[in-house]
Parts: sequence; C-alpha cells; structure tokens
Amino acid sequence: MSLREQWFSNVRGDILAGIVVALALIPEAIAFSIIAGVDPMVGLYASFCIAVIIAFVGGRPGMISAATGAMALLMVPLVKEHGLDYLLAATILTGIIQILFGVFKVAKVMKFIPRAVMIGFVNALAILIFMAQVPHFIGISTMTYVFVAITLVIVYLLPRFFTAIPAPLIAIVVLTFAAIYLNLDLRTVGDLGAIQRSLPSFFLPNVPLNFETLQIIFPYSLALAIVGLLESLLTATIVDDMTGTESEKNKEARGQGIANFITGFFGGMAGCAMIGQSVINVKSGGRGRLSTLVAGLFLMFLIIVLGNLVVQIPMPVLVGIMIMVSIGTFDWSSFTYLRKAPKADAFVMLATVVIVVATHDLSIGVIAGVILSALFFVSKVSKINVKHKLDAETVVYTVKGPLFFASVDHFIASFDYEMTNQDILIDFGSTQIWDDSGVGAIDKVMIRLMANKNRVEIIGLNSESKKLVDRLAIHNDPAAKMPTH
Amino acid sequence: MYSHILLAVDGSEHSVRATEEAIKISRLSTESEIEVVFVADFSKAKDDVLHSEGKEALEVARRKKLSAVEEKLEAANASYYVTILRGEPGPTIVDHANKKQVDLTIIGSRGLNGLQEMVLGSVSHKIAKRVKSPVMIVK
Repeated sequence: MSLREQWFSNVRGDILAGIVVALALIPEAIAFSIIAGVDPMVGLYASFCIAVIIAFVGGRPGMISAATGAMALLMVPLVKEHGLDYLLAATILTGIIQILFGVFKVAKVMKFIPRAVMIGFVNALAILIFMAQVPHFIGISTMTYVFVAITLVIVYLLPRFFTAIPAPLIAIVVLTFAAIYLNLDLRTVGDLGAIQRSLPSFFLPNVPLNFETLQIIFPYSLALAIVGLLESLLTATIVDDMTGTESEKNKEARGQGIANFITGFFGGMAGCAMIGQSVINVKSGGRGRLSTLVAGLFLMFLIIVLGNLVVQIPMPVLVGIMIMVSIGTFDWSSFTYLRKAPKADAFVMLATVVIVVATHDLSIGVIAGVILSALFFVSKVSKINVKHKLDAETVVYTVKGPLFFASVDHFIASFDYEMTNQDILIDFGSTQIWDDSGVGAIDKVMIRLMANKNRVEIIGLNSESKKLVDRLAIHNDPAAKMPTH
Repeated sequence: MYSHILLAVDGSEHSVRATEEAIKISRLSTESEIEVVFVADFSKAKDDVLHSEGKEALEVARRKKLSAVEEKLEAANASYYVTILRGEPGPTIVDHANKKQVDLTIIGSRGLNGLQEMVLGSVSHKIAKRVKSPVMIVK
C-alpha cells in the first residue's frame, strides 16, 4: 500500500472510527494513570502524543497505541519510590531501547515467543488490572458497590441495543451526572489528581544526568521496552488478521520507540499498542493511519473542552470499566487450553501467570516463561528411541529421533555391549545427527561394539549426517582406541 | 433457477446439515454452483491469533473447520468454491450476498432458546431479515 493509500483510502470510516476510539480511550487513559500512581494528565498526554506520533511512524495502519495497563503496571514501583520525573526519564530511555530493537530487527525474534507464554501474558495482565481495582471498590461504601454494578450492567447490556457511542462513555456521562445531581458521596477522579485543560508542552524531566539515574531507570526501561513491543506486535498480528493485510513489524517497533521517546519530553508515560482499542477501531470501520491521528486529536480536544467534567467522574464508574477491560483482556479459552494443550505448554502458561501475579512484573513472567518453554522444548526433542530385533543372524538396531548433545546419553545406553562375535546393523534412517556430540556418540558405540569382535554396519544416514560422520568419525580407523573418560 | 447458491457455514454441525440441503438443491440444475462462505469473526480475532502458531497455522485451522462441509460437497460431486470473509458474521454475510446478488442463501440455525437468542443474537434470523435473495434456514 502506498503512503497515500495508508492515509486517505478510507477517510470517512477512519474519521468516524477515530472519534469512537477517542471516546473509549478517555476512561482507560485516566484509569491507567491511576494504576501507575500519577495524575490523569500523564496518561492523557501520553495517549494523545503516542496516538498522533504513531499515526505517522507506526508500521501497522489502523492500530491504536496509547497509555496502557501493561505499561502502567510496570511503572508502579518506580513512581512510588522516585516520582514522576524519573518515570518520564524512563519513558525516554524506553523509546531509545525500542528504536534499537527496531533497528536490529528484534521483532523477528519476538515471533519465537511461544503461544503458551503469550496466553499467560494476557491472562496475567487481566488479573493484575483487576487486582489494581480492588482497593478502589472493596469496603469503601455501599454506594460504591452499587455504582460499580450499574456501570457493569450498562457496559454489558447497552451494546445489545445501541452501538453508535461506546457504552463505557455513556456509563460515565450518565453516572457522573447522576452522582452530581443526587449529591452522592463517592470518590472522584479529582480526589486522585488534577486535570489541566491545556496542550502538553516540551520540558526536560528534572533528574540528574548521571550514572545513578541510569541505574535506577534502566531496569524499568528495559522491562517497559520488552512488554511494550510484545503487546504491540501481538496487537499488530491481530489487526493483520482482522483486516486481512500485512504490516511491517520492525517499523512498528521503531515507531513505538519514537513515540515513547518524544512522549517522555511532553510529560506522558510510556505506552504501547492496545488490543481492545484496536479491535474497537477496526470494528468501527477504521483501517488507515488517519483513524489513529483522529483518535489522538479528538481525545485532546475533549479533554480541553470537558476537563472540568472529567475530575467529577466517580471512581466506581472507572472501576467498573476497568473490570470490563480485564474481563475482555482475559483469554477465556485458556480453560479449554489447559485441558487440551500438551502438559508442558499448559504448565508454561500457568507458570507465566503465577510468576507475574507473584512479582507484579510482566517482563519477569515473560522471560521465565520463554526459558521454561525452551527447556521443555530441548527435553522434548531430545527424546531418542532405539529399538532392536533379531533379523536372521543379524541384530538390527533402529534409531529414531534427533541425535545431539541432549540425547547422546540415552542413545549410548540403548545398546547391549555384552554381545560378542555378532553381525550388527544400525539403521539411522529415521534420525538426524545435529552436532559433533552425536558423531562422537556413534563413534563410541561403534568402538565399544567392535571391541567385542562384533561386525557392525551402519545404514540410512542421510547425506548431511553422513558428511558429519565421515568428517569426524574415527571408528573405521583400526588404530583407534576407545576414548578414555 | 438457483445458479449461485450461497452456503453460510461456521464449521458447526448445523452447517453440515445445511450443506446436505444445499447439495439437494444444487442437483436441481446442472448450472448450480455453491459458494461456501465462512466469516472469520472479528470478536474472535484475539482468541484465534493467541491460540495459533502463526499466520499459516491460523489459515490451516480455519480451513480445517470447513473440512466436514467440503468432504460432503466433494462426496456429492457438487461444484463449489470457498470464500473466507472477515467481520461480524451476520452483517458480513448479508453484505456479501446482496453485493453478489446470489439466487439463494442457505444457513444452518443454531437452534438457540429464547434467552440465548436475546444474549447471543440469532445470526440466521438477522440474515433472513436482511438478505434480498430467498433464504433457507436449515434446522
């Protein structure tokens, strides 16, 4: 698709969908700011900047990026211990790391993250978003519970009858007015931070430029960069699938980096692509870059016009919307997955969830999940199967499975070294020799068998394996002795 | 004469039953061709992507859903082709059928009860209401 087509091939659909997304973004941007422990403006500025910048530099037209829950959850300890300025510095560094990831084509590597880890990731994210809501509605007041419940009823039932305006926004408007009109005693967004009705402006985060600062922010930036790219590339694949089109994953990684880098200088927190909002955008008819741009611009416009109203939004309404977001994020097919998937995969998925929920750090869970699945993968493929039978006067061994460093022990132990003066045939027709350990193992077996005056023949080596064996094997050399070890 | 028959399927048993009826009707004329339409549901996109190894695996998984239907059509030696669309199943099928001006639309009914229909919405009902061609709902 040409750049012109990416922008202007779907103007009407993009503008309408962008407006819908902006409306749906506001409550989430505020709620994610509250999760991170910063003023709502930090999330709103981030959503505005990221959406607008990504519209120009992203690799997946039609995908929505803004302040997200996954990123907000990672920032909590940094904000609590060091404050907003360090978060902004970390956001800038996150951008730099992501740009490097994009330049060095790390997006390709991300393809290798097993789906068990990805499923664990979204489930853990859903659970953490839900858990972050608990302090805002458990044991506060009866009216709080009532408002959460009414919000949930509105967001789940209303779309059955009316879909032109996102139901969460209707819930916010109706219930905010109800709370003001009835003069109800509910906590509001204003209790947790202020809203400025102005455009974001450029400033340098107030942190000392030294090694100590880098030491503080680097671990957070790295985690943010990894998690941000993970969610962005997953979202890009989902948008690819929904629209039946391709996208440039490395360009997207670079774009996410540029967006975060600039956002940090404008008082916004690090963000990434959002699955839920991108699905809303495509469903509402958004396809091109224009939809993302309109979403960002309209969001800022609404905040400038309606800023006074935003501080009066009752917290229980936001909590209700976040509960909906967490239910939507959770992968409900996971329960079927646990029953049907291979046990190792199911275990990796659960382990990823448990580690994230225990550490409150999505990046640790993902890294642990990847390492676990790599270990399972090695142990799975290292299964080698050696069968033997007596065929006339010859003992025939049939080897199945790959022969490499992880499977040599089992391979060597599978032969009977008590035989003497036998004709022995080893069939390697269903095996592949991967490395020198494999060749060494064949060697060892041959020498030990021949030491007992057996006549050993090898068949079925494919040409690649044969090359390896010919190059390295010493068993044909009568002078060779069994290697001592 | 029904020369262009649209058979909307979702891979369920109901769509296999609908296929049987489509075959019967296609036998009425030698010129009949069945277009098997499968809609990759927008609201399942996240699930689908999350639970597949990649683009190619997902494509195969979707084709597999259609295998029961395709087997029936092949066994009956019916002339057919498969179209995979993307979107919300109901409106997407309606748009496609009206744009292609098909002669007959055939769809299986999930047989939901009143409550399920209120919550889930009946795809076959929506199609029957909005498609311009005659519609056959197979129970």
